[in-house]
Amino acid sequence: MTILNLLFIVFLGILFFIAYFHISNYLLDSYGGKSVKRYNIENSIRVIVFIAPAFIVLFVFILYPVFETIRLSFYDKFGREFVGLYNYKWAVNDPEFRRSILNNLVWLLVVPTLSTFFGLVIANLADRIWWGSIAKSIIFMPMAISFVGAGVIWKFIYEYRGPDNTQIGLLNSIIVSLGYEPQAWLTIPIWNNFFLMAIMIWIQTGLALVIFSAALRSIPKEMLEAARIDGASELKIFFSIIIPYLEQTILVIWTLITIIVLRIFDIIFAMTNGEWQTGVLANLMYDWMFRGGGDSGRGSVLAIVIMIGVIPILAWNLYKHRQEQKI
Amino acid sequence: MKKISLSSILSQLLLLFFVIVWLIPTFGLFISSLRDKDLLAISGWWTALTTTEINEIYRMSGMEAQIEEDGYFKIKGTLFEENSGKKIESFGINSKKINEFMIGDIAIFKNESEVILDQDGNYEWRSKSEFQNKKGKRLFTTSLSPPSFTFENYREVLFKEGIGRAFVNTMAVALPSTLIPLIICSFFAYSLTWMKFFGRDTLLAIIIASLVVPLQMSLIPILSIYNDFGALFGVAAKSYPGVWMAHTGFGLASTTFLLRNFLKSLPNEMMEAAKVDGASHYDIFLRIIIPLSIPAFASIFILQFLWCWNDLLVGLVFLDQVPSEIILTAKLKELLGSRGENWEILTTGAFVSMTVPLFIFFALQRYFIRGLVAGSVKG
Repeated sequence: MTILNLLFIVFLGILFFIAYFHISNYLLDSYGGKSVKRYNIENSIRVIVFIAPAFIVLFVFILYPVFETIRLSFYDKFGREFVGLYNYKWAVNDPEFRRSILNNLVWLLVVPTLSTFFGLVIANLADRIWWGSIAKSIIFMPMAISFVGAGVIWKFIYEYRGPDNTQIGLLNSIIVSLGYEPQAWLTIPIWNNFFLMAIMIWIQTGLALVIFSAALRSIPKEMLEAARIDGASELKIFFSIIIPYLEQTILVIWTLITIIVLRIFDIIFAMTNGEWQTGVLANLMYDWMFRGGGDSGRGSVLAIVIMIGVIPILAWNLYKHRQEQKI
Repeated sequence: MKKISLSSILSQLLLLFFVIVWLIPTFGLFISSLRDKDLLAISGWWTALTTTEINEIYRMSGMEAQIEEDGYFKIKGTLFEENSGKKIESFGINSKKINEFMIGDIAIFKNESEVILDQDGNYEWRSKSEFQNKKGKRLFTTSLSPPSFTFENYREVLFKEGIGRAFVNTMAVALPSTLIPLIICSFFAYSLTWMKFFGRDTLLAIIIASLVVPLQMSLIPILSIYNDFGALFGVAAKSYPGVWMAHTGFGLASTTFLLRNFLKSLPNEMMEAAKVDGASHYDIFLRIIIPLSIPAFASIFILQFLWCWNDLLVGLVFLDQVPSEIILTAKLKELLGSRGENWEILTTGAFVSMTVPLFIFFALQRYFIRGLVAGSVKG
């Protein structure tokens, strides 16, 4: 496809949706409003016109797939024959699956916690320093770039050359200058997971930082001033006032990052492709979507396991939504 | 400035430490993308401003280049590219003794031909008898290279490695994938906020639930729908419109949710007044809602655009990995596999892929942050 053709279909694609809304509403406007009956018909059709595209997309891309994935998890690799719990049994006994779920759990424990912690500390530091907003910008920047881009950046830092060569990776260069042997960091089982997590923390700290910065402004200045006058140290203020005050925000950010980490795929796919025991569920799932011609049963089981991770969050969100509706 | 206390100095130092740690990785990538590829391969980017010693192997020209002069057969030439700035320190004609000769020495091969070399890499290889070598002999050089920065890597990556085309492809994926959900979700959010109909609350609850559904739940069924659709109508299963709609689907819940939160904050009286004046919902939408929503649109546009631009999984699953369809992130991943040692290509490619996000980041940071703070939850 030439670039010109591409440009054309992009234009056409966007125009299609604008035209749909404009033409259908134009027709409705010229039909309705002439009598009460017509007015009512117009209004009910209008609801459908407004909702239909989004609803169809929602149905086709989210609702139907959720149920279809659940169904497929009980079927064979082609989705044709019912096999009961076979795929689930396979998963439980599969060493790769166990490794992935373990890695996912460690990711879930480490990344949201450290990102939230760093975000909170940095937001607090930057809030009181005149060049704080520049610092925030810099630390926030990784949020804008892709996981794959971040992967390249960090792969360059972890780059390994044999002991006889000049190290061009920053980490090994530091290690060598301290008198140690260079290491192929990404191939050391267990530890390599943490080197991958460092990338995610590097990215997500920015998210925590900006949300905390906004939240910090809501803490009454008088309260902090009063504490300072009473001679409380900044450390004491941080633990006794700021953290309790931001409890809700901490929880929100922690959940937000948890959801992102749960379906982490790109970093591992780009850096190690799940080798050296770094695989997580999303990578294993991608693998099974195509391995051996694809196995929709096993792939679906893996998707469901990821889904199970978000169900508590989903239930909590719905509960909170219901509370808000009541008010 | 307030009084300078120990704790304030400590917090400044601590923050400075964080800033440096966070900045260095990206900075290193950027510097590396501008360095000469030969230097990049053998020295760390932090030495970019110093002179580097390089060992290289070159081959002189073969017999076709020989001329007869002063009773000798001579082959003349130069080892380095023009303006390389490299200065030879020592050289050798044997891989075991690469530092055997200094500039000005005459190196003699086994066949009694001789070679002299100046420090700019110009050589003269001469022999009493005619050269029979199809290929020239090898020279091992040790030279000092001054700091060298170049845009050559960018030219190489954009036009030879296919990153340029991938850039266009990514734009063709990201732009509609952002505008389409914005268009359809603004109507959707409007009706969820200002229109009364049966099942509205249920629909809203579904949106809230969909916010956190991981997109992995959708991949297999949608891929199979696309395959069936492609087979039924005899078109390609993987296509740009397919990716747009997939991104629209995955971004629908968060876009609708954010827009609805915004619309809810608009005063009800305004809509009522317009309705009394006989405005239809579409009039209200065009004349009142859209102008008021521009800041919200901007935030949501940026979030969704960055999401689509930076995505890998959707582009990997729903597009063919061919030059006319591959997106930047997928291309980078491919290069990581095939050109894993060519850091000039990887660093430059990564930086090219980051240009658009970084531009948006610096130009529109306010809207970006506002969108995130408004509670971006993405499945």
